[in-house]
Formats: sequence, structure tokens, C-alpha cells
Amino acid sequence: MTQLNVKNLQVELGGKTIVSDVSISINLGEWVCIIGPNGAGKSSLLKAIAGIISSTGDLFVNDVDLRELSHRDRACWVAYVAQEPIMPSGMKVFDYILLGRTAHLKMLASESNLDIEVAHFAVNELGLEDFLERDVATLSGGERQRVAIARALTQASPIVLLDEPTTALDVGYQQEVLELIDRLCKENKIAVISTMHDLTIAGLYPDELMLLHNGAIHEKGRPEQVLTRENIAEVYGANIEIVVSNGTLAVIPIRLKS
Amino acid sequence: MRTAMATTVPRWVWLATAVAVFITVVLGVCIGAVYITPAEIWATVTAQISGEKLSDNNAYSTIIWQLRLPRVLLAFLVGSILASAGCAYQGAFRNPLADPYLLGVSAGAGLGATLTIVYASTAPNFYLPLAAFGGALAAVSITYLLGRSAISGRSSTALILAGVAVASVLTAAQTLVQQQNTDVLREVYTWILGRLSTSGWGELLVIAPYIVICSIVLLRYRRVLDVFSVGDEEAQTMGLPVARARGAIIVAASLGTAAAVSFTGLIGFVGIIVPHILRLVVGNSYRILLPLSVIYGGIFLVLADILARTLLAPQEIPIGVVTALLGAPFFLFVLGSRTSGSIT
Repeated sequence: MTQLNVKNLQVELGGKTIVSDVSISINLGEWVCIIGPNGAGKSSLLKAIAGIISSTGDLFVNDVDLRELSHRDRACWVAYVAQEPIMPSGMKVFDYILLGRTAHLKMLASESNLDIEVAHFAVNELGLEDFLERDVATLSGGERQRVAIARALTQASPIVLLDEPTTALDVGYQQEVLELIDRLCKENKIAVISTMHDLTIAGLYPDELMLLHNGAIHEKGRPEQVLTRENIAEVYGANIEIVVSNGTLAVIPIRLKS
Repeated sequence: MRTAMATTVPRWVWLATAVAVFITVVLGVCIGAVYITPAEIWATVTAQISGEKLSDNNAYSTIIWQLRLPRVLLAFLVGSILASAGCAYQGAFRNPLADPYLLGVSAGAGLGATLTIVYASTAPNFYLPLAAFGGALAAVSITYLLGRSAISGRSSTALILAGVAVASVLTAAQTLVQQQNTDVLREVYTWILGRLSTSGWGELLVIAPYIVICSIVLLRYRRVLDVFSVGDEEAQTMGLPVARARGAIIVAASLGTAAAVSFTGLIGFVGIIVPHILRLVVGNSYRILLPLSVIYGGIFLVLADILARTLLAPQEIPIGVVTALLGAPFFLFVLGSRTSGSIT
């Protein structure tokens, strides 16, 4: 069983500790979601696992030390989708998705038929057949997110990191993208670590939530363990109520004076 | 079902391009102080191949083989490396205004040339290109080392800023040397404005290997340049060794550009105009842009050179002036259309 193990991860930027002593372990087919207020270190944690920013602590996939790997080998294990992926204007959707094969190609090689096929697999998975000739810069928020996820899928890494995949989207697209991630995670046996802003949405799909407070883990576990009145009050300084409706947790803000 | 493939240059574009190259080369050989018709070129060339001696073709033969053809090929090679280096820099730095001189090549070459003209004016002719070549490479090396150490090699902006700083220092030094030796101003200026005049094949054969090899290297990075277009962070998570790839592109572009400027001086704007015209026509994918920049950079400079030697004939306009006269207005146009988001 392939497992990503993050242990005692620490990120310091400019002498300030952004992430401290975070440990995560996740199996293929699981979805862990990092929540927390602005500046809690969610994105930094993800970037540290992706290797974009430097960090200390253990980063292992089984007994493979990610820190020992080249960019290319690391990318074969871990794919990353930024909060707002850069969509280079004038690039066609299919060419953009194909960029995901970079880790599997020698630096100066061009794509083989196999690479094209893998990209088409991702295109089919995400229902992007009608978009292939479109310029990526002209896509809407929801389409961009799908195209970026298709790129990550084309990378064929067992671990996918998604930074706020739904923040820019309205509720319909949010649902569409989350259903999609959930399906890919379960059907294709991908380990997903995402960050998320909306607490109700975060309680809906992921298997495990991790509540971050000033860079450290405040609580982690099943959504109903983490999304409690007390936790949210302590970490966010917010007055909320948890309502369960048809088995779904909803986080409802309460007016302070009434 | 027709499955989508990676974007490449369509066959008809290659066909049209081949025709354009042929016409440009023929025009370049035809037009000059003496106009030679294509038919006469044909007659001269076939006569020589078949070994016939035609006395009235002898003059043409010299003009074609010793003057026009080497000059056309020199213009083509220089144009193609300037355009492809500019194109590659625009990709590797994600900066639409990047040109081959971005990291200080021009300032280094300029200082090298000026020092030679001032302090070694009696030295053999070949020292000047050598000094320009050395100056260009030294400038880029300093820029690269400074830029890398500034922010641990991560940021391309640090490199660009280091380039600006290095260029300023070297240009100031060059200005100082010139100011102290005003008698050589004319010569220095002539060198800076660029020239494509050759005496036979010698210069061409010296720089051709550099330019051809560097162009081929840059061409092979065309897919990598597309990866660069999503930004360093995402490119790295996709498995691109960002710093190493950018370093290789800088080496190839600098070496080729340095070879070109060593003989022909600082021909400006080719590296910006050509890729940007192509962007407007074929889009922004470097898989297409880079091969086409190589070819159309060459075509552009051959055509500009035809203008340079005919507009004020028998006087020759410096080639750098022609490209700038065409280039500056276009530059403004590019800046204007940039707000519409057509250029990344």
C-alpha cells in the first residue's frame, strides 16, 4: 500500500515559522483537506509538500525520501495544482494538458503516442473533449480548474495536491469540481491533499479534515470531530453553530448580538 | 475519430516558408549596386556547374559568389540567431520584452569592441570580433552569477535586474572610454550600428558553426519553453529542473548572439519584432514560434539588408538603423496591443 508520510514538517520564511510540526499520513484513494483561517499556513504546507518552498522534516512515500529526488522524479510521485493556475494566453487546451507529461519525458524529447494517449485519457475523464482547440486563457473559472486537474491527472502521479480548488467558483461549479475530485480519488486510487476555504464544503467530501492554527495542527480527524463549535470559535474567533441536515454538516454563522 | 495531437507547424506553413526563403535569397542576390536578373544568376550558376567558360559572366560570377551570396547567408544566419534567442528569452523569462541583449550581451560586446578600437587600433583585424565575443560572454557570465546569488537562483526577475545593472556599468565604462578618445567615436559608432558587409566567406565560416549549433540547441528546447509559460513554480512541480533548463537556454542564446554580434555589431530589434509578428499570426506556442523565428528572423534581416544597401545607394545605411526604424514603431504597436492580453 502506497502511503505518503509527512512528519514534523516545518516551514520558515524570513525568520518566521509559517508551518510548525505538521504530520500527515495518507493512503491512495483518500482525501485529506486542510482548513484554517487566512494566514494559518494552508498554502505554505501544500507548497512545502510539493517542494516549491523549502522546509524541514520528513517527506516520504513509503521508503522513498522525496527530498532526495530530482524535480522530475518527485513530480512522478506528487502533482500540484496552484490556487490560480497560470493559463498562458495563446496556448490550446490540449497542449496545456500535455505539459503534464513533462516529468515522463527527457528534457529535450517530444511526446510519444503514449503521452498523447494519457492526455486523452485525462480529457475523457474530465469531459473536456469539446474544449481541446480552445485558448486556455479564454476559459471560465470552472473550466480552468478542470483543465488544470486534467493536467495533473496527465502527470499520472499517485499523490495530487490541490490548493483551494473551488475558491473562485460559484456553487454549481464547486459541486461539479468536488464531485470530480472525489471520483478521481476513489476510482483512480489517487491520494488527494487539498486546502479549502468553505467549511461546509470541506465537511462534505474529504475523508479527513486537518484544522490549522498559526501553522500548527489544532485538530484532525473525521469532519464531525473537527468541525465543532468550540474548534471554530478557538481558531477562527467565529461564533457558529453546526447543523446536521440529511447527514451533512453545515456550518452556520450566528449573529453576535440578537 | 480524429484524435488531437500536440500543436506543430502545419505542413502548408512549412511549404510557404520554403518558398519565402527561396524568394528572399534570390532577391538578396539580385538586388544591389548592379542589378542581376534571376535569369542571369541561373545562367551563371548553371554555366559554372557544367564547366563552361562564359567570359561576360565572369563579373557576375564574382559578385554572386564573393559578395552577394556570403552577405545574404550572413544576414540570414545573424537574423535567425537573434530572432530565436529573443524568442527563447521571452519564453524562459516569461517576459514579452526580452531580447537577445537582455542579459548584457550588447554592453559587453560594445565595451570589448571599443577597447580594441581605442587601445589596439594597430592590431590585426581579427582582434575586434574576438574582443566583442569575449566581452559579450563575460557580461552574461557576470549577470548570471550575480542574478543567481541574489535570490538563490530561484527568481528570473533577479537575473533580469542583474542584467540591467551589468549593462549599465559596462555601457558607462564604454562611454567613458569613448569620451576620453573622441577621435575614434566614428569607428566605434559604425561598429555599434551594425554592418553585414563581408569580404568573402571567411567571417561566415567562422561564426556559422556557433550560430547553427546554438539554433539547433534552442530549437530542441521548444517544448520546455512551453512548460516555462506556466511559471517557475508550476513548471517545477511538473518536473522541469527550472534553473538548469533556463541556464542551458541562456548559454545557447548568449553564445550564438555573441558570435553574431562579434562580426556584425549590435543589430537591434530583430529579436523582438520577428517573434512578436509571428505571435500575432500563429499564436504563442513555442513549438511553432521557435522554428518559425529561426527562419523568419533570417528572412527579415536579409530583406532589411536589401533596404540598407539600396535606399541611399551608393551609400549604405547601417543595418542597425534600418531594423530600428522598422522596429521602434512596431515595438510601440506591440506595447499597445499588450493591454488586450494577446501576448504573455
